[in-house]
Amino acid sequence: MSLIAVTVVGHDRPGIIADVTGRLADLGFNLEDSTMTLLRGHFAMMLICAGPVEPADVEQALAPITADGSLLVSAREVPPEPDPEQLGEPYILTVHGGDRAGIVSAVTHEVADVGGNITDLTTRLTGDLYVLVAEVDLPRGVDVAALTERLGAVGRELGVGVTLRQQETDVL
Amino acid sequence: MNLRDWSEHDLGVAGHVLPVVRAPDAVLAAPCAAVDPCDPAVVQLAADLIATMRVAPGCVGLAANQVGEGWRVFSVDVSEHPRSRMHHGAYVLCNARVVEATRKEKGREGCMSVPDLTGDVKRATRLVVAGDLPGGGESVLVETDAFEARALQHEIDHTDGLLFLDRVAGAHAVFARRTYL
Repeated sequence: MSLIAVTVVGHDRPGIIADVTGRLADLGFNLEDSTMTLLRGHFAMMLICAGPVEPADVEQALAPITADGSLLVSAREVPPEPDPEQLGEPYILTVHGGDRAGIVSAVTHEVADVGGNITDLTTRLTGDLYVLVAEVDLPRGVDVAALTERLGAVGRELGVGVTLRQQETDVL
Repeated sequence: MNLRDWSEHDLGVAGHVLPVVRAPDAVLAAPCAAVDPCDPAVVQLAADLIATMRVAPGCVGLAANQVGEGWRVFSVDVSEHPRSRMHHGAYVLCNARVVEATRKEKGREGCMSVPDLTGDVKRATRLVVAGDLPGGGESVLVETDAFEARALQHEIDHTDGLLFLDRVAGAHAVFARRTYL
């Protein structure tokens, strides 16, 4: 049984997901986690699936989808990852402002500096407006006020607004 | 009858702690049956729901189908929760339905029956719910807001066979649950 990471990127059209997952199902693969979105209009999907054949066989089975050159497919074996341990406190980081180079790297650098781990990230550029939304796990004990201040300073330097707020979950 | 005057002691039976079932158990996905709130089996279930809710850390509500019983009954108690504004203590409602729901806000929810995921769900923050009290069977109207409103909508959804997963705000609004109470 192999655990395989499949990525599919390229020109969007109706039916790509049905096609890709149908071929994976025919190979006996079980889809575990997957995510798909449109990035600047391009189809972008990543999935982790478990099944009985090697990555090369997966690429071969998906080859007809890539035949016209509009989609890129890759399949790579990945080791199983242990369940994440208690990582820390969940926060939401949002940034928006005028587009310029280096926003994502400058902001995420501050998060990484305190050992914060980004678990989900979306950025969008629309016109001149740049938007970043990230889910961040901050280790317990991090000085959140100090981090917020540093993120604010980075934002002022870049001319963007940065907010960091705790993600509260209501368990019902 | 004023809901605040109701007490679990009025049920007159001791509750037993029951195991909580988890998705994908089919009982969580089927609409529940209306009940006679005076039926002794319903009264016992009401006591069991309160007892089970009390022993689960952080639990503020529990629907009958979460303990495997497909009846329109749930317990709620948000009185100790820091984000509660209005609340009515601990109580059990039978055959509850939403009468009025306004001012929707998005919030992240988790559920004991879906322990590994959370999701962003829009819920009304002003709410009126009608239901029957177990035991005496009196009909009551619960008018509430904020966290109790969210909890009631979550529990009524359970009695309709719906999980928060049925209401998430979008394809990227389901998350791995990271903090365990």
